[in-house]
Amino acid sequence: MRRGITPLLWTLFSTGGTLAAFLFPVHLFLTGVAFPLGWLEPPSYEFALGLLRHPLTRLYFLVLIALPLFHWAHRFRYTLYDGLKIKHLTLLIVVFTYGAALAGSLAAAYTLFWCVP
Amino acid sequence: MTETVTLEVTRYRPEQEAEPTTQTYEVPFRKDWVVLDALNYVKDRLDGTLSYRWSCRMGVCGSCGMMVNGEPKLTCAAFLTDSLPGPIRVEPLQFFPIIRDLVVDLTDFLKKLKRVKPWLVREKEKPLAEGEYRQTPEELDLYQQFSMCINCMLCYAACPVYGLEPSFIGPAAIALAQRYNLDSRDQAAPERMEILAEHGGIWECTFVGECTKVCPKNVDPAGAIQQYKLASATDWFKSLLLPRGAR
Amino acid sequence: MSGPVRYTLHHPKWYRRPVSVWWWLESWRYAKFVLRELTSLAVAWFALLALWKVRAIATGPEAYAAFLTRLQSPFWVGVNAVALVFVLYHTVTWLNLAPKAMVVRVGGERVPDRVIQGMNYLLWAAVSAAALWVLERG
Repeated sequence: MRRGITPLLWTLFSTGGTLAAFLFPVHLFLTGVAFPLGWLEPPSYEFALGLLRHPLTRLYFLVLIALPLFHWAHRFRYTLYDGLKIKHLTLLIVVFTYGAALAGSLAAAYTLFWCVP
Repeated sequence: MTETVTLEVTRYRPEQEAEPTTQTYEVPFRKDWVVLDALNYVKDRLDGTLSYRWSCRMGVCGSCGMMVNGEPKLTCAAFLTDSLPGPIRVEPLQFFPIIRDLVVDLTDFLKKLKRVKPWLVREKEKPLAEGEYRQTPEELDLYQQFSMCINCMLCYAACPVYGLEPSFIGPAAIALAQRYNLDSRDQAAPERMEILAEHGGIWECTFVGECTKVCPKNVDPAGAIQQYKLASATDWFKSLLLPRGAR
Repeated sequence: MSGPVRYTLHHPKWYRRPVSVWWWLESWRYAKFVLRELTSLAVAWFALLALWKVRAIATGPEAYAAFLTRLQSPFWVGVNAVALVFVLYHTVTWLNLAPKAMVVRVGGERVPDRVIQGMNYLLWAAVSAAALWVLERG
């Protein structure tokens, strides 16, 4: 009954896209615009570290980084197929997109679960 | 006061030219005329050699689909007033091979439609003595929207994926598969799921959504496809996590 | 002609119009679709930005301070402002299209798209407010 892993990739794309849709605007607004421009105070190091030490926060960030990366990988793969008509380079594109997403996810997991003091 | 409108119509006569050309016609402007009326005027009065398809002239047969100013439309539903001052470009339906003038070949669609088994499939037919299949209004509501498809193929002409990927089975075929999947009398949903999960099936779709926008009968094929993706993904996880006996 | 006749679909006289690689520029609707798809780049960008921030926090207070200072440069503010516009476009298109995939039926009738979209936007506002509250406590 299993037909390749496309349904899995689409599910990753969907969940990543939903997470990004709900959470990225507020996070990007704060980190990229409000804090740098001084509209709001960024969290102090102590507070940020305290938050990050909590296992739930670490899980939150893992999911927040990994799933949207797979969302990008799946979507960008098809954008390259249809936008640049390079479907014949499919192997290269698949390796590049999902490979990059995997690398990012692994880097996030490593940082969050091995590097937080 | 507009007296006439200019039509720029694609001509293609394979016996005398290698590529399509454009021919211009001046037709009278009437505010209740549609593009089909203008084409019929051309055929009757100006140029009897023009070839095109049409039938019911009221939006139920699906024969007269063409590109009007670059958009797929039923020419029997495209009012001249909407395209004033003109000129109005009339071209054959996009992404299909042109046989002659405005006539395109539909074999690709018909083959793909047949693949999804667009008819009621039952493991065993009910014997006549048991009476008819009964269906409540709620059961009808589940699939009725998808049953409105008139096979006009405007959705295929709007879908860039169909244009770029020749194996893509296309919006109408998937919507019609869903029409039967959701029909309480049908029993072939798993079979159709297998067919549509293959290469060229639902996973080629990137939800551009143009198919739904151009559909003259509000079938919403894009919705059908996204629902199918969700169902197929759910099915995939179920087959992964649950042993065969439990399903 | 010897052997059985095989009919193929390829009829040499039929004219097949080539699809240009610039197909998406032919109409505003196609162009909007491609812009929507390109929002995935902004999504990937913020995922990397979040990873960068988490690495900075894990490294130490100097790294965190350097990260915050770096983002204050006009270049990065510009990049992030543009990314924010794209991320918002992703959110709006995503929340608007979600009802298509999920058919919710209540009492035998399908819940109208507008209701689901409305609930999506409320949820978005609630979640954003919650995140804002958590981050502003420090």
